[in-house]
Amino acid sequence: MTTGMIAATVGYDVERVRADFPILARRLADDRPLVYLDSANTSQKPEQVLRALDEHYRWRNSNVGRAVHQLGDAATADYEAARATVATFVGATDPAEVVFTKNASESLNLVAGVLAWADGARRVGPGDEVVITEMEHHSNIVPWQLLCERTGATLRWFGLTDEGRLDLSGVDALITERTKVVSVAWVSNMLGTVNPVADIARRAHEVGALVVVDGSQAVPQLPVDVAGTGADFVAFTGHKMVGPTGIGVLWGRRELLEELPPFLGGGSMIETVRMEGSTWAPPPAKYEAGTPPIAEAIGLGAAADYLSGLGMAAVAAHEHAITAYTLEGLRSISGVSVLGPTEAVDRGGAVSFVVDGVHPHDVSQVLDSYGVAVRAGHHCAKPAHRRFGVQSSTRASAYLYTTKTEIDTLVDGIHRVRKYFKVA
Amino acid sequence: MSLDALYQEIILDHYRRPHHAGLREPYDAETRHVNPTCGDEITLRVHLSGTTAGDTVADVSYDAEGCSISQASVSVMSDLVIGKPVADAMTLHDEFLTLMQGRGAVEPDEDTLEDAVAFAGVAKFPARIKCALLGWMAWKDAVAQATRAPMSKEETA
Repeated sequence: MTTGMIAATVGYDVERVRADFPILARRLADDRPLVYLDSANTSQKPEQVLRALDEHYRWRNSNVGRAVHQLGDAATADYEAARATVATFVGATDPAEVVFTKNASESLNLVAGVLAWADGARRVGPGDEVVITEMEHHSNIVPWQLLCERTGATLRWFGLTDEGRLDLSGVDALITERTKVVSVAWVSNMLGTVNPVADIARRAHEVGALVVVDGSQAVPQLPVDVAGTGADFVAFTGHKMVGPTGIGVLWGRRELLEELPPFLGGGSMIETVRMEGSTWAPPPAKYEAGTPPIAEAIGLGAAADYLSGLGMAAVAAHEHAITAYTLEGLRSISGVSVLGPTEAVDRGGAVSFVVDGVHPHDVSQVLDSYGVAVRAGHHCAKPAHRRFGVQSSTRASAYLYTTKTEIDTLVDGIHRVRKYFKVA
Repeated sequence: MSLDALYQEIILDHYRRPHHAGLREPYDAETRHVNPTCGDEITLRVHLSGTTAGDTVADVSYDAEGCSISQASVSVMSDLVIGKPVADAMTLHDEFLTLMQGRGAVEPDEDTLEDAVAFAGVAKFPARIKCALLGWMAWKDAVAQATRAPMSKEETA
């Protein structure tokens, strides 16, 4: 599934959607309206999600999976219903394949961690190779570096083309019989590129490698069918998809979740504990040690319901239109260059750019004085910045509530930035 | 929040024409500091000239990539500390740090901080305080290394 393929015209009224997000109505310093273009960093939350959190704590709060009382039953039912909702949202047929974590980083660390401890063929060790890409978020680089350092395996990666796409020309030399894991971002958080994960997964499976997909930017933006990606694991996070912080997801194929060893040990993840040793609960509980983020999981369920209500095809179509409009607006300013694909084809909503002669911190500071919130820095993708010869960039990232008027304010703001720093 | 309160003309002048930039010999210690949130980097060298009464900052040289605030701050700092006894320069460091951490409530002393008073407005922009301090932190670290270097090499390794 790519944004280029979505020709959906089913739309929604953006103004009505915006009314669901209380924060979008707030005023900033000098009574300026908020123009929130930092959704790839974290999205805003609709009333429906806030209400789910509030109602949980106000009326149904209890620990899950252990309390024999009415509140315990209510909280457990809500928690498991949220799991089922999230499973359906990403096209998983079995809710037990949805493991709740703290965030996408934890999901990715979980996979990398257990592959060091696995028995038999799945274990990553000396002589094995792990393949990632140069456009990964640090959370899909560092866990694999740690795995390789700790096991003696070798980390390899796909390079990038000048346009900001994966350079797949050497795929057969990169993914070989030595490859144990291939872990790839579905949508880049910096370049916006939508990667052909299904093609990469097919090649990886030919050599028997496991496929991990970082779906942190994809799940909020695209209609997702986890099984259809060909992936064995898909990691994503709640707070980028109008859900709360503190809740992430690892979707994994059931047989793998059953076969692989636990990650964290503790309460809830056991079958029985004796002083001499313990046995594990079946997945997903096996990977959910300790009291989980209960309210956050319920909030994520509400977020998935909210997105389903809009329809992910409509969300993707809106995102696509706004991204095209943003790229067009940035093109109209001289001295501004976009890092990553410059056309809205196979492209997500994160648009990183450089303003000649003005550091991203200064760009974002001036934009902030007009109420425009963007991200400045390396966006946790230092290697990708290095690939394009820059230390940092400014990133505007739209979402389902972004309007064209807001993009106009951004473009106008960049003109003001250039004037302020006398580079216009 | 006025932009001009942050971007004083002095700051923009130093940003466009930084003083003492470039790495020079001789030096006693070199440090490399990074602002992990934005990736800004500085490599800074300190050369001290020793006397019986205590060390003096003979030179500060640096190679830095960063925003206007971080670039201007290291430029102003170099102007301030070069030629001063280390103890006096360290007092200036402390004074600047207090100013930055004062949330805009600290009245800077222009007699001691000179051009650095222009950074008073930065204290009201929490995300930028680190930028203003990057050069100062690298300098303090370099001085610490230079003054203890002969005794404990392994400590700095």
